[in-house]
Amino acid sequence: MRWGVKEMKKQQKTNDKRKDSSRFTHHVSRITFHTLSILLIICVLPSVNAQEISVGSKRFTESYVLGEIAKKVLEDAGYHVEFKQGMGGTIIVWEALRSGNIAMYPDYTGTIQETILKSATPMTSGQMRSALAEHGIGMTDELGFNNTYAFAMRRAHSDSLNIRKISDLQDHPNLKVGFTHEFLERADGWTPLSQRYGLQLRPHGMEHALAYVALNSGEIDLMDAYSTDAKLVEYDLAVLEDDLHFFPKYNAVFLYRLDTDPAAIDAIHKLGDTINEGLMTRLNAEAEHTKDFAAAASLYFSEVEHRTVEVESESFVSKLLRWTGRHLMLVGISMVIAILVSIPLGIRASRPGVLSQIIIGVPGIMQTVPSLALLAILVPVPMLGTSPTTAIVALFLYSLLPIVRNTATGLQNIPTPLRESAAALGLEPTAQLTKVYLPMASRTILAGIKTSAIINVGTATLAALIGAGGLGEPIISGLALNDAEVILQGAIPAALLAILVQVCFDGLDRLIIPKGLRLEEVSQQAAVGE
Amino acid sequence: MNESKIVLRDVEMRFGAVVALHSTNLQVEAGQTTVLIGPSGCGKSTILRLIIGLLTPTSGAVEFEGAPVSQNNILALRRRMGYVIQEGGLFPHLTAAQNVTLMARHLQPALPEDELQTKLDELCELTRFPKEGLARYTVELSGGQRQRVSLMRALALNPDVLLLDEPLGALDPMVRASLQTELKDIFNRLGKTVILVTHDMAEAGYIGDSIVLMREGRIVQQGTLDDLRERPADDFVSEFITAQRSLVQL
Repeated sequence: MRWGVKEMKKQQKTNDKRKDSSRFTHHVSRITFHTLSILLIICVLPSVNAQEISVGSKRFTESYVLGEIAKKVLEDAGYHVEFKQGMGGTIIVWEALRSGNIAMYPDYTGTIQETILKSATPMTSGQMRSALAEHGIGMTDELGFNNTYAFAMRRAHSDSLNIRKISDLQDHPNLKVGFTHEFLERADGWTPLSQRYGLQLRPHGMEHALAYVALNSGEIDLMDAYSTDAKLVEYDLAVLEDDLHFFPKYNAVFLYRLDTDPAAIDAIHKLGDTINEGLMTRLNAEAEHTKDFAAAASLYFSEVEHRTVEVESESFVSKLLRWTGRHLMLVGISMVIAILVSIPLGIRASRPGVLSQIIIGVPGIMQTVPSLALLAILVPVPMLGTSPTTAIVALFLYSLLPIVRNTATGLQNIPTPLRESAAALGLEPTAQLTKVYLPMASRTILAGIKTSAIINVGTATLAALIGAGGLGEPIISGLALNDAEVILQGAIPAALLAILVQVCFDGLDRLIIPKGLRLEEVSQQAAVGE
Repeated sequence: MNESKIVLRDVEMRFGAVVALHSTNLQVEAGQTTVLIGPSGCGKSTILRLIIGLLTPTSGAVEFEGAPVSQNNILALRRRMGYVIQEGGLFPHLTAAQNVTLMARHLQPALPEDELQTKLDELCELTRFPKEGLARYTVELSGGQRQRVSLMRALALNPDVLLLDEPLGALDPMVRASLQTELKDIFNRLGKTVILVTHDMAEAGYIGDSIVLMREGRIVQQGTLDDLRERPADDFVSEFITAQRSLVQL
């Protein structure tokens, strides 16, 4: 799962650059849009139903659990709820809310003030409400707990160094520190904190769930945590006192679109002041213990409303089918469009000239954009948001290069005497292409499509980061839960799918590549063998 | 001189600063076999490629039956010319039969299969190509067989003109000698206008009605083998002829 950590680091940086690049993406998206309009309509249609409502969550246990609770509450109020879980960090989920891709999601007052409203001074909840209203967004009352940042160390280690408060870290500049990427980049995160406390530590970015493992095993000595994290209790970690009162309050609330159905807003408002810190920590522990966010949501209803609620947990087979089906849809649609677009581009690029270099160059640049960053760039684009369409657009863009390049190379590699023979026969240029050049280049073109498809199957796991589903869903929840078993539920089928694609294409080789070319290859291999 | 099938009028061919063909005039008579001969790089293949429109002259004009060859008529003209190159130029993804019938099928998709088969049988007989080889792919054919298939393909549309660019150049001497005999026989039987490029004076003398000797992008002399031997235009002509000694002279 190496990509997870690396990609996420890049995502944060890209979020900051988002504004600079949005004009460019806007332009690109407009072009892609015209070509994809039909598919867009197909993908956008299902969200039109008035009784449907979608709830989002960020990518950590507590957010998943709060999302499940909201889902249940809304279902009780008569809505059909789509829960887009683990969509990403604040920016992605906020943009999804603003663009109407989701109707609500749980967030924290500190985050709203610092990251969303970008206010340097503390705001009252009234000020926050009116500032959010300008974006068409409303805020519920506080849910009842403060999940602020905390610094955690192994208890024995903090005892031996006598570190009790964050100020005590000043004397220990050589501690190994792993912070979440979000904390490192936030306006209320590491940079101002280190200035306030005068700290010289050199932290590196790390996925939150992995940081617990690293801390417990001694690979790092200090991490940022959330005060309701179940793992603080589970691993018996020491939490350092914020003696200069740097961290603002992170009171949990739900943010919702003001144009959401009033009955749904009423239902979600009823969650106000029902969860204290102790309960939230228990709910988080339940989720991590059972590896089931729905089960944690059930615990909420039994503790708060003293009723036993079966929050529906899907069977594994049904989940696997849903993930795989969605995965295949994402891969299938993006590949079909990529093939239809890339082969003509590759044909054009096989001719000499500047335009050809541009045609090869642009998808080449596309390829260097980290996939998570590309998703983060596409999410704020109007009409894309956190829908599967965004994932399809991203996968389409990644699939272009191998096909365009192989088509161009395959055509360029046709020997001049054969090109001239085709022309000298009196074949029109189009017939030269369809009857001679493309069949002769078929092996190379097919190899490009195969490469694209295999990369596509792997990259499509990232679609889950924006709530677009697929086999990435268990991978992302598994990361949040720090549970290898859950990660493998997505990783193994994804790997098998990639192998299956490989096998299918090997079969397709026999079907599509003319026999004469296959014989030619055999005889060339024989010649090398001599 | 109106019966000339193909005429080059002041045709010059440059590739950037390199002059492949200096301003050249040439008449190719209908029904005759004209051989272009000369050392490598003398411009003999360039003339063939100009005639079939693979190159466009830098200046001057190529005329086919009195009309200048242009982008407008080149497609139709190419279908009246057969073109054979040294390595055959057969498409590896097609069988021998498919190579030969490619153009006929393209022009007349509804052509009945038995008509095509009759045509193939005729061509096999003419070029002495074994019928069982028709289903083979290029890679499964010998060098001599490839040239026979290539000739069949060139003849498939029954063209007026055959352009052959060193068709026997890559073959071993035994195959080469027997194919020379066959080619001459075929040319005589079909009575087509043939332009053959070679660097072998014996082949030129054996097959050609008229020999065009070239050097460094210019025509040095045009005539029969006897003309060239007995009335050489300059020392180069005599040298070129005597350099190609045969075993008989040794």
